Parts: sequence; C-alpha cells; structure tokens
Amino acid sequence: MCGIVGLYLKNPALQPTLGAMFEPMLVEMTDRGPDSAGFAVYRNPVGADETKFTLASDDPAADWPDLDSDMSGGLGGTVRMDVHSDHAVVITDAAPDAAVAWLMEYRPGVRIVGSGRSIEIFKQTGLPKDVARQFNLAGAAGSHAIGHTRMATESAVTTAGSHPFATGLDVCLVHNGSLSNHNRLRRKLERDGIRFQTENDTEVAAGFMTWKLRQGATLEEALEAGFQELDGFFTFCVGTADGFAVTRDPIACKHAVMAETDDWVAMATEYRAIAHLPGADTADIWEPEPHRIYTWGRVQ
Amino acid sequence: MTMGELDLKEIGVRGVNAALHELPDGTNERQWVINNPMGQHAIACGLDAPLNVTVNGHAGFYCAGMNQRAEITIQGHAGVGVAENMMSGTVRVTGNASQSAGATAHGGLLVIDGDASSRCGISMKGIDIVVGGSVGHMSAFMAQSGHLVVCGDAGDALGDSIYEAMLFVRGEVASLGADCIEKEMRPEHLAKLSELLAAAGMDTDPADFKRYGSARQLYNFHIDNVDAY
Repeated sequence: MCGIVGLYLKNPALQPTLGAMFEPMLVEMTDRGPDSAGFAVYRNPVGADETKFTLASDDPAADWPDLDSDMSGGLGGTVRMDVHSDHAVVITDAAPDAAVAWLMEYRPGVRIVGSGRSIEIFKQTGLPKDVARQFNLAGAAGSHAIGHTRMATESAVTTAGSHPFATGLDVCLVHNGSLSNHNRLRRKLERDGIRFQTENDTEVAAGFMTWKLRQGATLEEALEAGFQELDGFFTFCVGTADGFAVTRDPIACKHAVMAETDDWVAMATEYRAIAHLPGADTADIWEPEPHRIYTWGRVQ
Repeated sequence: MTMGELDLKEIGVRGVNAALHELPDGTNERQWVINNPMGQHAIACGLDAPLNVTVNGHAGFYCAGMNQRAEITIQGHAGVGVAENMMSGTVRVTGNASQSAGATAHGGLLVIDGDASSRCGISMKGIDIVVGGSVGHMSAFMAQSGHLVVCGDAGDALGDSIYEAMLFVRGEVASLGADCIEKEMRPEHLAKLSELLAAAGMDTDPADFKRYGSARQLYNFHIDNVDAY
C-alpha cells in the first residue's frame, strides 16, 4: 500500500496556504498508510553561502539544548535553529561537510533527514493527522510539498524508515511500491561510500539517486538510470528545490493520478486526496504513463 | 418523472449505494444525481435496475462496478476499475479513466470519452468498450469476448494472450501482445464497429480502423514449445 501526495503551487499568491491545502491531501491517504507519515516542505530559502539541515532525534531533551551555540563555537560562523518537536531545522554558514562531521561527532544520536537551501523534512511514526499536527503542517507556507503515508511491508515501522528520504541537496523521494533487489544494490552503494540508516528498500532508491546525482547526473538522468537498476514496483514522487517530478515503473501497477489547474499541479496515489483542492472539479485529470518522467517547476 | 439527488458528503458511499439498491423493482424514481463524489471508491456499485444515474464529479476506484441494467454517467475522471465486472447497462465517463477500465466485465457498454490508462478491458468477457481517446499498455490482456474500440492509439502489448474478443484501433498500436494479430476487416466487422460507434455517440469513420484479434496459436499445446516448460 502506502500513499504519496505532491502539490506544487503555480500561483505564488497561494503560497501562504500551502500547508492548509496540503495537510488534507496527506490525511486523506491515511487508509493507505496508517503506520507513519512524513512530508517535505520547500520554504524560506537560505542565503547562497548557507545550508539548511533538518535534524531528527530520538532524545530531543538531550540533543537540542545548546546545539546552535555548541555548533557555532565548534565551527565558527552563525548557526540559527528552529525546534519542531523532535525535529530541528538548523541553518549554518559553515561548510556543509564540516557541519555533518561536527554533528556526527558531537550529536551522534541525531539523524540528518534533509539538507539544502529550502527543503525541510518532517517524518514520524503514527497516524498522518497526528504527524501533521506535531509539525504544524497546516500552518506551513511555501512553494511546494510532497508527502507519504506508510503501510510498512518490508522493514520496521520507525521514524528513520519513514519517508521522505533525502537524496541530495534539496532533493527527496517518496515511494509507493516495493523493490526486490535493494539488498544487493545497498551493498554495492555502500562500497561507493553511500551511508544507510535502515533496512528500508526506498532508502536504497534514494541512495541510488544520491549516488547518480553526486556523479553529476541530472535528476532526469538519475531517474532514467533507476529504470535500469531498480527491480520492483514503484511510483516515485521526487521533490526538488524548484518543483517535483513523478515517475512510474514500466509495469505501472502502483496507482497514481495527476491533476492540473492554472493555480497548481497535484499528484496523489488516489484522486480523493486531490478532490478537496480549490478548482479540482474542473482540473485536467489523468493517470501518468509508465516509464515516463513528468516534471514541474524548474527541475534540473 | 422527478430527479432524485443524493449528497455523498452527507450520507457517504454506503448511504448512496443503499438508497439506489433499495428502490423497488419498477420504480418511477429512475433519475438520480450523486453530488460531491469527491473521488470516493465504489460509487454506484452493484446497481440492478433500469436507473439513470449521474455521478456529478470525479469518481474513485471501481465506480459503477457490477452494474446491471443501469445507465450511469460519470461527469469527469474515473479511477481504477470503472465498470469492472459489469453485466449489462451503460457506463459513460466524460473525462479520462485510470487503469483496468471494464475489467472482467460480461456485458453492457462502457464509453470513455477521453483516454483510458493501462489494462483497459483486461480479461473482458463480453462487454463492449468504446474509448474516444487512447488506451495504455496491456489493454485487452486475456480478453475473452466482447469488443474494444479505440479511436486513438493503443499502448504496448495490445491484446496479449487474447481469446475471442474483437479489437478495433483507429490510430497507432505501439506493439501487439503474444498471439494478437491484425485481421481482415470484413463487412460484418465494419457493421458491428459502426453499430458500436453509433451507440457510443462517436462521430468517427469506421473505415479508418484496423481490426485485431487472436491468432489462436496459444490455444493448444505445441510440441515445438516443449523446451519452454
């Protein structure tokens, strides 16, 4: 099962209402994924010399206090921090690699769930409505968002195993389906320096994309390579700094529907997640074709 | 004759379907509109009366499934498996349809004004399907009987492992599935195609279509294929 949803606002005037429009999309997919939920929101881009990290902790009472001042003291420069429950958004002008190394050494319990200039990723076990409330999704302003509701089939129900999975700066992935060659592919990617936090199949797809993007592939090239290397069923929605992409495996047995108006583009596993959006009644609605990459916004 | 209105938002899918199922045989209340379908699943399923039902908006999965005798119009998009296992009656989708439209259906007429996605008419068993646009891959997979008319193009592996259903395609066929071949269009086929296009209200010239069907090479075991088992 699992449900995936994506919303890209073509009309900038709607940006203050992104979360209010997007939360019901996520919650409507609860039947398909009541185990855990997550979403990526693209908002408040930081300066060109800054990096925004989203961090998650199983022990926020120990990890969050003084993280900003400790990090600033250790790395120099400025560090800004916003705590969102057991997640925190940290913005630093330190070199990204140095920031990651510092976190691994001084906050070893903290997981980096996303990084880039505008992406923020929040995910947690529990019902989608509870996860949305925990991170105040309804109040989020931004340009676009993608989300996932999970019914786990092949690995544990944990926060780390929840979607979205980051695949690079400002890029993340949600997945409906299952991959059958993920163990072999994980071992191959680990030899090439990709780190994994879980036994999850989707994390391997994300790792594969990270690997391709690091080699200089465009997003479309990375997805095209995925058609060759990923064995299994998938509908992917990929969030990027400027939009999102949707693609399905050549068999295309995992559901997907897309809808577009002058104001927005939406994708979902089922149309009912889109039905409440303003103008959905008269939107263009179609099922994305297999083995084809659809993109909106200025995707690489 | 009065027009009955059912608000799905108010009474839910079960309420809508129960209201339509409870109508006594021979009722005069035959005209119904279902408002606020909101993409919910299994709307107007299992009807068995000569009703005229309009779904006023986009429907979710399995809309009009198992239909018998009713005439159902979906004003918009239909999700997966529209009119699946229909027995008789008519279902029309004014927009596009997702995959497996008309799956396993035994009878009746399914008309899709827009495109149908993959696996349209999978395992069809007697239904007639007319698609104004194109159909996706694996359409008419294992189709047993009935007719599939495609006014646009057909995706890969059309009619794979087909039995005796008859396929008519006006545009390009990306590829034919196993044991599906182009066949001669004889006068009786043209007559049937004309009848189906007229029934669907499609203003398309039957002479533009090609006919496809089973080569009947998979029906019996062939000794030359013994190595494949």
